[in-house]
Amino acid sequence: MAQKTKQAKLDMTKQLQTVEEQFQVFQILNEEGKVVNEAAMPEITDDQLQELMKRMVYTRILDQRSISLNRQGRLGFYAPTAGQEASQIASHFALEKEDFILPGYRDVPQLIWHGLPLSKAFLFSRGHFKGNQIPEGVNILSPQIIIGAQYVQAAGVALGMKKRGKKSVAITYTGDGGTSQGDFYEGINFAGAFKAPAIFIIQNNRFAISTPVAKQSAARTLAQKAVAAGIPGVVVDGMDPLAVYAATKDARERAVAGEGPTLIETLTYRYGPHTMAGDDPTRYRTTDLDNEWEKKDPLVRFRTFLEAKGLWNEEMENETIEKAKEEIKEAIKAADAEPKQKVTDLMSIMYEEMPFTLKEQYEIYKEKESK
Amino acid sequence: MAQMTMIQAITDALRTELKNDENVLVFGEDVGVNGGVFRATEGLHKEFGEDRVFDTPLAESGIGGLAIGLSLQGFRPVPEIQFFGFVFEVMDSIAGQMARMRYRSGGTYNMPVTVRSPFGGGVHTPEMHSDSLEGLMTQSPGLKVVVPSTPYDAKGLLISSIRDNDPVIFLEHLKLYRAFREEVPEEAYTIPLGKADVKREGKDLSIITYGAMVHESLKAADELEKQGYSAEVIDLRTIQPLDIETIIASVEKTGRAMVVQEAQKQAGIAANVIAEINERAILSLDAPVLRVAAADTVYPFSQAEQVWLPNYKDIIETALKVLKF
Repeated sequence: MAQKTKQAKLDMTKQLQTVEEQFQVFQILNEEGKVVNEAAMPEITDDQLQELMKRMVYTRILDQRSISLNRQGRLGFYAPTAGQEASQIASHFALEKEDFILPGYRDVPQLIWHGLPLSKAFLFSRGHFKGNQIPEGVNILSPQIIIGAQYVQAAGVALGMKKRGKKSVAITYTGDGGTSQGDFYEGINFAGAFKAPAIFIIQNNRFAISTPVAKQSAARTLAQKAVAAGIPGVVVDGMDPLAVYAATKDARERAVAGEGPTLIETLTYRYGPHTMAGDDPTRYRTTDLDNEWEKKDPLVRFRTFLEAKGLWNEEMENETIEKAKEEIKEAIKAADAEPKQKVTDLMSIMYEEMPFTLKEQYEIYKEKESK
Repeated sequence: MAQMTMIQAITDALRTELKNDENVLVFGEDVGVNGGVFRATEGLHKEFGEDRVFDTPLAESGIGGLAIGLSLQGFRPVPEIQFFGFVFEVMDSIAGQMARMRYRSGGTYNMPVTVRSPFGGGVHTPEMHSDSLEGLMTQSPGLKVVVPSTPYDAKGLLISSIRDNDPVIFLEHLKLYRAFREEVPEEAYTIPLGKADVKREGKDLSIITYGAMVHESLKAADELEKQGYSAEVIDLRTIQPLDIETIIASVEKTGRAMVVQEAQKQAGIAANVIAEINERAILSLDAPVLRVAAADTVYPFSQAEQVWLPNYKDIIETALKVLKF
């Protein structure tokens, strides 16, 4: 039999390259605090720049104090945030009060800046239902533990806003590992199909507990996963507050203009462990890698940038640090003062009206609690 | 009053609530223009428009998430899961999320969602269409689970479910969709959730059941009557929470009871009903409470349904064991 030689090959290598080229890292401030992309500079006042820096410094202190308080047993579940200030705080800074946040378990800082009292954030950490009782008018859910669930729910919140004719967005966050979940894909795909005003943020800190991002997917960027949903996706330097702010702001404008959702991947890093529940990052991360990412610290470059503009100094930094420490102390005191939870409390928040068997159990526990 | 099948009664309830409350939204796979794979939402898209009755992408988990998100924006979602065997795709949204929302937010948020879904055997469906998975739902605190067996009950219970401010799983038995017609009032009416219905009064034996097994039990009761036994048939209607009062009152009257379900013996809710009777009425019992249930295998290949599914003959056999204990 005559051998047939294949003449033309599908150029799959080129396909991968071409896709990757669509997802170049968006940066405004480099590691030295220099503006490298003047054209993309967001419109932001000096006051706002200072406020953003204050929030980032505050959040760094909050992380340091939360880790200590956790070690002293005065906090419970805690997922460190140091390193992700630009990704978390600058993205939040682009939001409005009417926007609804569906956070993951590491996204407590965004909730605090959206209006969740610090004492409630601490009660959440400890495991007290009052920590999750969100004040009226603060548009947030408590941190989602099931990775991906916040994504499908965000599609629903966004569709709800669209149906109500609101000029607001639903914003949600997950990590690099979370992009492997089915709910991640379903969430962005639903929001795309309904053209709903949602902003999906992937905070790619390179590790899902101990698993490096290369083991999650062969995709060269996580932002390109947006292609599967037919929505825009962007990769942002997640250590650059101005780039994160600008990208989120643009996504928000698209969304409220009725143009649908956006997927934003922030390239970031967590300096600490995955959580305070015994994770030891030295088992899976090298010192070299830690050092490399410490040089990218969002606080360092933003500080340099602001100092050069005469908008920041040591005194302002110290004031912010002292304020944070003082407020944290007060919030822990407030959390300590919260009455202990009773089983009857837990029963009474199950349904609008207790079913028969729960009522029976309620009486039994009420009797126990009265002794 | 009009003669309606159960599916017509369901459509009628949906129409009633779409009219009654502008926050009610009906959505799922093929529920819009198509009117649903069983015509349960027939005509609703045309009458209420795309904004109220709409199709979704084919993803159950996404549908669950959509319902949760829409609830957070003040809507009253009535999503459909095309067949309840597909619930595994959306277990997290249902049991892990919406069932817990009121509790986890300390009452800040609630989920007025009614998940409609068909299930049930006897119509030779392909795999994972007919499985009775209600037991999974009843074990999830925060949910209510409703299984109507008649057109009248279906309409009243569905209206109540939609108006309930906590999540309700509303399971519709495929075999009962068009099995018979019944007088159903044309106006809105409600049947309280958590209330059983005595479908047939009796004094010798309480047969406690739900879904398609209600009709098998009634048929068995007719046969038992011929043999001189008077069986009381209780249709639970809501299987979570249980109507303990009605169950116990019946058992105290008859002194003998059995629980009938279509699900496998290790599944369903029969074990729970028996435990409640044992805890509350053991001194009234003249015999142990026995179960009629399917074999503990995977749901049968369609050709084996007839030998696998419990039917009135199994009910009679077990009833006689209880009666002659």
